[in-house]
Amino acid sequence: MQIFNALLLTIWVGITIFTSHILGQQAYDWLPTAAAAEAELVGHLFSFLVTLGTIVFLGVGGMIAYSILFYRTAASDRSDAPPIRGNSTLEIVWTVIPILLVIWIASYSYDIYQRMDTLGSLPLAHLHLLESPAYAEMGSQDSQPSDTQPSEQIEVLAKQWAWSFHYPSQNITSTELHLPVNQSVHLVLQSEDVLHGFFVPNFRIKQDIIPNQAIAFQFTPNRVGQYPLYDSQFSGTYFALMQATVYVDTPKQYAQWLAQAATQPPVPAVNSANSEHAQPPSLPVRSHWHTVSPAPPPLVNQ
Amino acid sequence: MTTIPAADAGGPLRPQPASWRRYFSFSTDHKVIGVQYLVTAFLFFLIGGLFAMIVRAELLTPQLDIVDRSLYNGLFTIHGTIMIFLWIFPANVGLANYLVPLMIGARETAFPVLNALAFWLIPVIGILLLLSFFLPSGTAQAGWWSYPPVSIQNPSGHLINGEFVWLLAMVISGISSIMGAVNLVTTIVQMRAPGMTFFRMPIYVWTTLSAQLLQLFCLPALTGAAIMLLFDLSLGTDFFTPSKQGDPIIYQHLFWFYSHPAVYVMALPAFGVFSEVLPAFARKPLFGYKNVAISSMLICVISTTVWVHHMFASATPNWMRIVFMATSMLVAVPTGIKVFAWVATIWRGKLHFQTPMLFALGGVSMFLFAGITGVMLAAVPFDIHVNNTYFVVGHFHYVVFNTITMAIYAGIYYWFPKITGRMYSEGWGKLHFWLTLIGANLNFFPMHALGLQGMVRRIASYDPQYTGLNVVASVGAFLLGMSTLPFIANMVSSWLQGRKAPDNPWNATGLEWTTSSPPPSENFAEIPIVTSEPYGYGEQNRLVIDPLST
Repeated sequence: MQIFNALLLTIWVGITIFTSHILGQQAYDWLPTAAAAEAELVGHLFSFLVTLGTIVFLGVGGMIAYSILFYRTAASDRSDAPPIRGNSTLEIVWTVIPILLVIWIASYSYDIYQRMDTLGSLPLAHLHLLESPAYAEMGSQDSQPSDTQPSEQIEVLAKQWAWSFHYPSQNITSTELHLPVNQSVHLVLQSEDVLHGFFVPNFRIKQDIIPNQAIAFQFTPNRVGQYPLYDSQFSGTYFALMQATVYVDTPKQYAQWLAQAATQPPVPAVNSANSEHAQPPSLPVRSHWHTVSPAPPPLVNQ
Repeated sequence: MTTIPAADAGGPLRPQPASWRRYFSFSTDHKVIGVQYLVTAFLFFLIGGLFAMIVRAELLTPQLDIVDRSLYNGLFTIHGTIMIFLWIFPANVGLANYLVPLMIGARETAFPVLNALAFWLIPVIGILLLLSFFLPSGTAQAGWWSYPPVSIQNPSGHLINGEFVWLLAMVISGISSIMGAVNLVTTIVQMRAPGMTFFRMPIYVWTTLSAQLLQLFCLPALTGAAIMLLFDLSLGTDFFTPSKQGDPIIYQHLFWFYSHPAVYVMALPAFGVFSEVLPAFARKPLFGYKNVAISSMLICVISTTVWVHHMFASATPNWMRIVFMATSMLVAVPTGIKVFAWVATIWRGKLHFQTPMLFALGGVSMFLFAGITGVMLAAVPFDIHVNNTYFVVGHFHYVVFNTITMAIYAGIYYWFPKITGRMYSEGWGKLHFWLTLIGANLNFFPMHALGLQGMVRRIASYDPQYTGLNVVASVGAFLLGMSTLPFIANMVSSWLQGRKAPDNPWNATGLEWTTSSPPPSENFAEIPIVTSEPYGYGEQNRLVIDPLST
């Protein structure tokens, strides 16, 4: 029995190490394609968490499984097991190990967080909208604040239920968010009505947008392509329709798009919340409840 | 050792009320109130589950096919509200009401009338919430967090609207829970039998104490926030209205100051159930009893310092993110102590796999998974990616369903013979367990993957790339719906005509097993005198009471 148990333990330790390693490697693929510098860092952290989590799950779960398999007792056996009430050493060990583990996890997470910060992902500067009249009127030519980076600072305006993106230097407004690849992008997030959330899964970044605040937000897209932008903070009836597409462009494409968009006269954007509100889909169960009317579609060049 | 005659402690024994009608009366008997809570909560669980199934049916395909967006938003809002405030809370309080006086050797709870009042507010809350679906404005549609400003937009313009009713229900629920908590805490502190020192209390009593202390300490924050939000909505004040210098983020702090500890208010009693059931079916004392007891109080303290981890993506400054990441991870330590203690309890035990044991082992295993994803969520950079996605929904349901609801089921099966005086059917119980385990994992496991891929929660329509996993989750949800049928059949038929239960069918320790099944109207013929620690399985003298006193 002792040999059997030793063998079983060895096999189980082997399985645990192997599985946690494999799952840790695969964890990267459970996330959408990484398209920003920040995304790679989050991927490393997630892989680390999955590896450690698998070890804990298989370690503790293995002991539960062993007990279920080998300590099963016939219904006719009415006797009690040995009355073991505790073991101080063991209890100290299983208090100290989790403490060390969470210190390790917290330190690694902190390290990743700092590195994301140096890449310019998440510094939250709260510029108060009311104190900054430059932001009061979206779309005015002179709205670019003089005290921030001269590089492209794109204004993101969220409202029920549309995204619009304003490029102050060219005075372009669009429903598409075009970003140059491999450059630190500076956004100013603002909401006209309720809370919204700026979330691009491929970038692994998310930030709530709060009415009457202008929130600075930075990250570095590093893979050319098209990615969905979702509203991540519940914003009312047509919440699910509040989507846009992020285009990460080569510098050439980006310049072309800016130039081309600047030639287009501003027109009301196509907006799915407005269309659905005007023409509700026929559904088996309709509530006929009052809903907030969608804000007028933004005027956009493209 | 002296014994206390019944007449000294509780007055003359009242005759045992035989009629089923007592369950529909304003009874002050804690056992009647306990059953009233449990049955009422289960009815709301079925309604909340039905709403969840409609939500899952809508999510079978990417586009809208069944309900419109307003109704969808109302359904998930009321689903969450019902499951938390009308299922888990009252089910836990019902079980505690029934068991705590029996476990500590008391004849009654400390404030029987207050207790009954607290219960009778529960159906009021439920009826208010359900009736709000028929208002012209519709029911509340802002999710169970009810974040302003979206929650107070009130497009109908009516004074009586869904959000108004929801906030009123929250305030009443707060009052009810505080009354219940005052009663349970006082009962545990004041009414323990002679010899029942704190470190002789069963863990279930410890976890009830810590959970109800959390209610007393944290719940006023939510009730206050709900009243302020009600003023913003109905009277035009601007506590949380950004357009008038109010701050919507303060609402989030007040909300989560209560609503994170609320998870422990729900989970601690579940840990208590595991700590009773596992020793009884492993025939071994609970391993490390004292540390398990202390860890309950530690969870109680630490859980009041972690709330901002729900707000990592809000306007939360860096220092706050880091501090709350550290405190949130720290909760894993006392929680880990409990899990290890349960594993060590069954280790080298003599395991019997009746239904309560199956649910307890299932619940502990699921909690292991939920705990791991919980630590992941505390890691700020990872949380920022999955915040407000289905990963959180999956994690949360592994806690509230796969762990806590499993524990409530374990508790109901375990104490069913005591409560009803009859045995339930083992076969139906096992069928119920397997359907629940499979359904729950099909339902909630794929949600983690959906969240990792970026599917946001609270959306009625979604990107077609997420279809496959949503179908699996929905199938799991329907299976979970079906799983309640054998449970209902079992409970009803066993209560009516099950085999008569002996006083102690599980040969378990604990004072509740020393009295008759069901217990007489004042619980004990004579108040027992407690002489040793609980969980004396395998010990020479495993009776916790002085045998001379009986």
